[in-house]
Amino acid sequence: MNNFLSLIAEKRGLPGVLILALVLLVLFPLTMDINNLNLAGRFLAFAFVAVGIALSWGYGGMLSLGQGVFFGIGGYAMAMFLKLEASDPESTAAQTTPGIPDFMDWNQITSLPWFWEPFHSFTFTVLAILIVPTIVAALIGFALFTRRVTGVFFAIITQALVTIATILIVGQQGFTGGANGITDLRTLMGWDIRTDDALFTLYYISAVLLIGCVILGLWLLSTKYGSILTALRDREDRIRFSGYNVAYFKVFIFAVSAMMSGIGGAMFTLQVGFMSPSLIGIIPSIEFVIFAAVGGRLSLVGAVYGALIVGYAKVMFAEAYPELWLFLIGSVFIAVVMFAPYGLAGLYDKYARPHIQRFMREKGWLKDGASPTLPSASTEAK
Amino acid sequence: MSTNTNFLLAIEDLTVSFDGFKAIEGLNFYVDSNELRVVIGPNGAGKTTLLDLICGKTKATDGSIKFKNKELTKLPEHRIVWEGVGRKFQTPSVYEALTVYENLEVSYPKGKSVFGSLFFKNTAEVDGKIREIAESIFLTDLLDRPADELSHGQKQWLEIGMLLIQDPELLMLDEPVAGMSVSEREKTAELLNRISKGRSVIVIEHDMDFVKEIASKVTVMHQGNVLAEGDMETVQSDPRVIEVYLGH
Repeated sequence: MNNFLSLIAEKRGLPGVLILALVLLVLFPLTMDINNLNLAGRFLAFAFVAVGIALSWGYGGMLSLGQGVFFGIGGYAMAMFLKLEASDPESTAAQTTPGIPDFMDWNQITSLPWFWEPFHSFTFTVLAILIVPTIVAALIGFALFTRRVTGVFFAIITQALVTIATILIVGQQGFTGGANGITDLRTLMGWDIRTDDALFTLYYISAVLLIGCVILGLWLLSTKYGSILTALRDREDRIRFSGYNVAYFKVFIFAVSAMMSGIGGAMFTLQVGFMSPSLIGIIPSIEFVIFAAVGGRLSLVGAVYGALIVGYAKVMFAEAYPELWLFLIGSVFIAVVMFAPYGLAGLYDKYARPHIQRFMREKGWLKDGASPTLPSASTEAK
Repeated sequence: MSTNTNFLLAIEDLTVSFDGFKAIEGLNFYVDSNELRVVIGPNGAGKTTLLDLICGKTKATDGSIKFKNKELTKLPEHRIVWEGVGRKFQTPSVYEALTVYENLEVSYPKGKSVFGSLFFKNTAEVDGKIREIAESIFLTDLLDRPADELSHGQKQWLEIGMLLIQDPELLMLDEPVAGMSVSEREKTAELLNRISKGRSVIVIEHDMDFVKEIASKVTVMHQGNVLAEGDMETVQSDPRVIEVYLGH
C-alpha cells in the first residue's frame, strides 16, 4: 500500500487528487444545498466517463465517440434492478400482469423476459455493472484493434455502435421502456433513494468511487504499462518492434475506460431515478469527450473539473437558450482543440503555475531550484 | 519448402508484390552468425523493403525467411522481436513524449504482456542495464530528458540503444548515419563495431566511406534482387555493379 501511494506521489498526481478530494468531499457538501449537491453528483457520474476518456483518448490515442454505450449498460443494469424492486405485485396490482414493470404491461408483455430475471439479484446487478461494459468493450476493442482500426475510423465505428444501441433500446419498447426509458425508480433494497439523506449519501458514494477511479488511472499511468500506452499513442508502428502486441494493450485501456463509464451510468441512475436512451446517444457521447477535452485530456483530475464546469454551463445556458446550446458546446470544443489542446489543465500549467510557484518560493515554502516543484496539471504521466 | 541451414538468417525465393509491382523478386540472401553485412544499392533497389519483410512490417507474397531455422513470414511483428530480431528505422523512431530513460525501459525485454507491464518492477538489474546501455550510446547525461529534445543524431543512437537493450541476435539498421555530423558519424562507426560483437548485424547504407569503415561483406541489391556479393573491393570492381550503381 505504501508502495502504491509513493508511486502515485512520485508521478505528481497526488496533490491534484488531494485537492480534488477536498473540493468534492468537503467544499461542495458544505456550500451546496441538497438540490445543487445532487446536480453536482450527476456531473460526477458523467465524470467517470470523462476520466475513462482521458485514459483511452488522452493517453492511448483512441477517440471513442461511443462511450454512451458503456454508460448506458451500467445505467440500465442499475435501472433494471431498481425497476424490478419497484414492480412488486402489490404496487402493480392494477396491471393486467402484476409483478412486471409497468411499461411491459402497457406493451402487452405478459411475463418477465429471461434477461430481466437475474436483475432480481443485487449482487448480479453490481457484477453486471462492472463486468458487462468491460467485456463488451473488450470484444469491440479486440475486433477493431487486431484489425488495426485506428483514428477517425475507430471514432466513426464507436459512434455507429452508440447509434445502434439507442435504436435498439427505442425499438424494443416492451423490453427496454423505449424512448421514455426506465422511470419511476424508488428504492434500493428497501432504501428510499429519493430522500435528501439518500441523495446526500449517493453523492458521497459517487465522489469516493470517482476518486478511486482517478487513483486507479494514475496508478496505471505510473507503471510500465503507462509508458507503453503513451508510446503506442505516438508511434503505434514502432512499439510493435519493441516487442508488444499493440492490440491487447489498447483493448485493456479501452475496457478499463468502459468499466469506469459503467460505474458512472449506475451512479447516474441512482441519483436521478431514471435512465433513458437520450442520456446515452450520440450527443451525450460527444459531450463526454468534450468534458475530457475541456478539462485537459492528459489530466484525469482535469476531466472531473471539465465534467463539472461544462455540466454547470449546460444547466445555466441551456435553460435560457436550449436551441443554442449545441452550437455553443460545439464552438467550445473547436476552440479547445485549436487554442488549448491540453484544456484547462494546460492553461493552468502555462499561466497559473509559474506565478504560484514564484509566490511559494518567495514565501520560502518551496526550495529554490528544487526540480520536482509544483505538480504539472496537464500531464500526469511520469 | 526450404530446408534447414546453418545460417542465422536464410532467405529463399523471397517475393513481395505491391499491386503487381514486384519490389523483391526471387531473392536469396544468407547471413552467418556474428556477421556484419552491409547492403547497398541504388534507390528503389528494395533494401528497405527487405528489412521490412524480415521484421514483419511487410508480409511476403512468396518465399521463406528463416531465422535460426524458424519461419518468420507467418509471425506477427512482436513475435519476430521476441525471436531476437531488432530493427532500426530509417528516420529515427523514438517515443518523443517519454524520457530517454523511459524509452529504454519500455524497450527492456521483460513485462511484454499487459499484466506483465502493469506489475513490472524496475529492479537494480533493470536500472543497471538501462544505465549501461545509455553509457554505450553516449546518452548518460540525458537520461531524464524527453526524447524530443534530442538532436537528430542522438535520436539515432537512442533507437540503437532501444534495440541493444533487447540483446537481439540479429540487428538491422537502416541508414544509421543519415543526417549525422562528422563527429557523430565517427562515434557511430565505433559504436557499430562494438555492438556487432556476438551478434549479426545488417546495415543499409549509402555513404561509401562509412561502408568501407565498417564492412566485411557487402551485398549489392538492384531491382529487387541481389546483384553481387563479396568484400568491398570485389564488389567495387564488379562491372555490373559499376554499371548500375557506383559508376553513376
